Amino acid sequence: MAERSFKAEVEHLRKGDGDVFTGEGILALTKALLENGVGYVGGYQGAPISHLMDVLADAEDLLSELDVRYEANASEAAAAAMLAASVHYPIRGAVTFKGAVGVNVASDALANLSSSGVTGGALIIVGEDYGEGSSIMQERSHAFAMKSQFWLLDPRPNLTSIVKAVGDGFALSEASNTPVMMMVRIRGCHVTGQFQTRDNQRPPLSVRDALSEPRKDFSRVVLPPMSYKHEQDKVKVRWPAAEKFIRENGLNEVFGPDRAKVGIVVQGGMYNGVIRALQRLGLADIHGQTEVPLYVLNVTYPLVSSEFLEFSEGKDAVLVVEEGQPEFIEQQLATYLYRAKAPVALHGKDIFPMAGEYTGQIMLDSIESFLRQTAPELLPGQVLAPNEPAPQIPDLSGTVPIRPPGFCTGCPERPIFAALKLVQQELGQHQISGDIGCHLFAALPPFEVGGQTMGYGLGPASNAAFDGGGKRRAISILGDGGFWHNGLSSSIGNMVFNKSDSVAVIVDNYYSAATGGQDVLSSRASNPTKATNNPISKAVRGVGVEWVREIDRTYDVPRMRAVFHEALTTDYKGPKVIIASSECMLNRQRREKPQRAKAVKEGRRIEAPRFGVDEDICTGDHACIRLSGCPSLGLKRLDDPLRDDPVAHIDHTCVGCGNCGEVADAAILCPSFYEARVVHNPGGFERWRKGISARVISWLQSRRETRRLGFAEQPRREAAE
Amino acid sequence: MNIQTQPGGLAARTPDERLGGIIKLAVMAVGGQGGGVLTNWIEALARGNGYDCQATSVAGVAQRTGATIYYVEMAPKSGGTPIFSLAPSGGDIDVLIAAEMMEAGRAIMRGFVTPDRTTLIASTHRMLAVSEKMVPGDGIADPNEVRAAAEIAARKLIMADLDTLATQQGSVISASLFGALAGSGALPFPREAYEAAIRASGKGVEASLRAFGVGYETAQRGVEPAAAAVAKPAAAAPLVTGPQALIADWEALCRRIQALPEVVQDIALAGLRKVVDFQDLAYGTEYLDRVAAVHKRDGPAHDHQLTREAAKYIANAMAYDDVIRVADLKTRSTRMARIRQQMNAGEVMQLTEYLHPRAPEIVSLFPARLGEWFERSEKRMARFDRLVNKGRRLRTDGLRGFLQLYVIASLKGRRRGNLRHKTEMAHMTRWLDTALGRVNDDYALAVETLRCRRLVKGYSDTHARGLSKFDRVMAAIALVEGRQDAADWARRLREAALADEEGKALDGAVQTIRSFLDTPDQAAG
Repeated sequence: MAERSFKAEVEHLRKGDGDVFTGEGILALTKALLENGVGYVGGYQGAPISHLMDVLADAEDLLSELDVRYEANASEAAAAAMLAASVHYPIRGAVTFKGAVGVNVASDALANLSSSGVTGGALIIVGEDYGEGSSIMQERSHAFAMKSQFWLLDPRPNLTSIVKAVGDGFALSEASNTPVMMMVRIRGCHVTGQFQTRDNQRPPLSVRDALSEPRKDFSRVVLPPMSYKHEQDKVKVRWPAAEKFIRENGLNEVFGPDRAKVGIVVQGGMYNGVIRALQRLGLADIHGQTEVPLYVLNVTYPLVSSEFLEFSEGKDAVLVVEEGQPEFIEQQLATYLYRAKAPVALHGKDIFPMAGEYTGQIMLDSIESFLRQTAPELLPGQVLAPNEPAPQIPDLSGTVPIRPPGFCTGCPERPIFAALKLVQQELGQHQISGDIGCHLFAALPPFEVGGQTMGYGLGPASNAAFDGGGKRRAISILGDGGFWHNGLSSSIGNMVFNKSDSVAVIVDNYYSAATGGQDVLSSRASNPTKATNNPISKAVRGVGVEWVREIDRTYDVPRMRAVFHEALTTDYKGPKVIIASSECMLNRQRREKPQRAKAVKEGRRIEAPRFGVDEDICTGDHACIRLSGCPSLGLKRLDDPLRDDPVAHIDHTCVGCGNCGEVADAAILCPSFYEARVVHNPGGFERWRKGISARVISWLQSRRETRRLGFAEQPRREAAE
Repeated sequence: MNIQTQPGGLAARTPDERLGGIIKLAVMAVGGQGGGVLTNWIEALARGNGYDCQATSVAGVAQRTGATIYYVEMAPKSGGTPIFSLAPSGGDIDVLIAAEMMEAGRAIMRGFVTPDRTTLIASTHRMLAVSEKMVPGDGIADPNEVRAAAEIAARKLIMADLDTLATQQGSVISASLFGALAGSGALPFPREAYEAAIRASGKGVEASLRAFGVGYETAQRGVEPAAAAVAKPAAAAPLVTGPQALIADWEALCRRIQALPEVVQDIALAGLRKVVDFQDLAYGTEYLDRVAAVHKRDGPAHDHQLTREAAKYIANAMAYDDVIRVADLKTRSTRMARIRQQMNAGEVMQLTEYLHPRAPEIVSLFPARLGEWFERSEKRMARFDRLVNKGRRLRTDGLRGFLQLYVIASLKGRRRGNLRHKTEMAHMTRWLDTALGRVNDDYALAVETLRCRRLVKGYSDTHARGLSKFDRVMAAIALVEGRQDAADWARRLREAALADEEGKALDGAVQTIRSFLDTPDQAAG
């Protein structure tokens, strides 16, 4: 079960002609797929399109009603490969994953698909993870379209445009026999708004029916000599067909006056940013009516030369607004102008920064700078000569701490890395490689475990050079998501085959947790449409790992540490795999909290654990925090003039996972931690027994306390006010 | 090409007045705070009141406790589709809601709060970043700097601990922030419209409405003063209970404090209380004797700084953290009552203590000579360690666990004869003598020497590390003794020792000292 449920929103996907849909971009995309008669959908989760996968999963009933097959693919490569169904069959298919990393993984299948060409519309919806909020290296998916010759849409980021682009994409794909990638940026995925819905369409041919009449055509197979023909076909037939379709159907848009000295060419996704800058410069109104002509590229590949040359004709200068590097579009447009011997000055990355997100400020500054150079008469007087000095606001850069993401409260991965840190304190620092997933947060303070990550499922593979062993064994981390994505073959199989002497730790938290808690093969929950409960250990043993240790409660830090110790010091020479399993706390709380509340209400016995710190005993060294970093374990300044440093403090958000106590024990830190387990609805015998010991304890306490001086506890601040 | 052009129009025109009607609102939060819920409410509020509205977010992995941002734009319906921006821009924000104090700071840093237009609604509570929490000393960022910057940067400022206010109502911060937004009057909607948005969301409505109400009222008060402003009654003797005779003796000790300079009295009283609580009244007498001895060497010239610091750190040195103290504190009735209250416990509450004694801690409880005999042989210690060294989880709500600690606490009577006490007293004497030896030549250095006691803290390995840092700092101070800037160096060394666990900063500071000591004449030339 995913972290966020879209069950309620999915009902809106049933809306038909004349209705208005209000909601998030991701949902609008799903609705658009249904309106366009899609026959099969799939993909692999990852921000910013994780929710698209969640929506599809929650919409499975509706999808099957419409005869649409939904597949939660094993990886982006698997998702892209699924589009093979559109090679021979006139069935529209759509898959989704994140760019650029998902596109990297999918590129093998995408290249083959592009070579073969498609009959049914094939749409790849990519959530481009670039700029603020991104969790990956900053690259562009654009390059893949160029190298494989598939088309790239980058629609304006509003629901109506996004929905239209889905229909355009399918039609373009079919008109040019080429797969189409539709790129949606992070904020575009999450943007909210409204659009007019249409009735959902059943696919004219369903995948189920297609199986009754199998088709094949060896000219579509990527083998010589057909592969040479494919290349020629791409540039001689499909490309011109695409340009024709784009022109004739007006996929790109032009706004503003038809005659002007200057103009702006902009990727569809950057349109709102450009309009905002023009609005701030007094050159556009609230509805986007602009004084500066705009050529909006809802299709960023291929670029239609004739269309661009028409736009730039008669203009002195044109500015290209293209986010990310290098400037593929600008280079292409420069070639067009040069070949046409057009007397137009082309600006772009000479004014805009080459790298990084085009924020509102960069957009404003760059467009203003462009106009100042090329058409200063357009700029209002106040922009040309601002009269108000900027107010001096104190610099807080030395005060405000950075706040990178980290493990959630009660995360079961925390004790794994606490144990690993402790083992390293004993055995020395080791070569550790990380993987993709929540566990990569261990690379940050306070753990600082692992120094690199090479890709999803590639943790152990990226330690391959050290497989031969040495003074200290190399350690690698792999999550359950990465394990099933491709870690089983690329990492574990690789270790077995090469007789690796290294240690691999598989962090099994029952979900693909970092992407929002989607199920994977080894998830423990029963899923009506997916096969879960396939243990990782069986798979690992199946590919030939002999040394396997399974830990079914990662919070047992002493045991975790002992297993690490064993793996790092054993005489066994082959690959050593530790499978550390405990459920993702975020998902567990979401599942258990309502159940617990219900049980308490119904009078059933429930234990609610929470940790605390005896503040008189804590000395304020914070060693516990250096082995935790838990959000609920913070600091508190005491109202005691004798104390200099703040003491550890556990707030009410503690879920009682046990890490604090386990770490205090394993690292022999201090005796400040206690676990208080409130028992709701205790039984009669339990109450009677507790009553007796409570009375004896109370007698012992008063016996001692009446014979010595007692000082009233400092009144708590709330009470004092 | 889809051409939507209008004829003519090359000249600049005056900005569209309707642009001024766009309200730009950003929410800066920490992942997991419910920024999404708040954004949904704001959106429903705007749409329900005749506004076009657009919201975006960039949650991603930032959802996992990282800094995150939500952005909303809205404008009155104007017969067309307004083009809104998807991202906030510096200098162009009307309302900035910061769900945590440092996130308010981050908003100011990013230029999202400007004096010409921004209403800043900030919760003053702190969710400490890992970098603030993990330093061995005090690494907490200064909220007053953010407060001061906010007062300059914001056109209108609303600041209060909206997290606590919401929690007290059984709700979460998104509700109280929404209330504060309503109370700020920054949006042109009546209170009822906000409440309708909460009701329409249909989840935890009653609690949300209560927190909303508190947030609303708070916003109308503007800025709540920083918590430190609460006045404390000065030097009131703490409430004591116990046998009459002991109370009389206690009062006699308190009278001795009256004889000390006024600036010392508060801290000396706190110190006296701590050591008497640690051991007994006789121990309190010892404490006051030691403080008096320091006072004799001090004078009013430095406002009795030496005596003040001595009163503080002698108390801490005398009330060292041994097993007996831990057992004593953990078995008190007041502690149990406090935990019950904090945990909201009913009839039955299980209480588990996480203890892990090793041989050195147990041996330190032995009579000094026996303990020393053990410590003389590593083999003996190792053998003994194997016997006792293991994690023990004691259930102090049960008789067995409670009795174990209760019995250990009763060893208090023999504490003065045990090994730990002997070690601690010797250590304290050396430190005090060193400090007092510096009073005549360099008063400031003597004060700084006393303050080094702050480095000794923790249990077992942590304690050993603290002691070793203390020793290294003391040794380094000895190197600079006699220099004009010795006290300044002592302070820097101590701060360096508290900056990180491994002592890297301290190593650096010691290196620097060594580098200029090796070439002492160059400075003169």
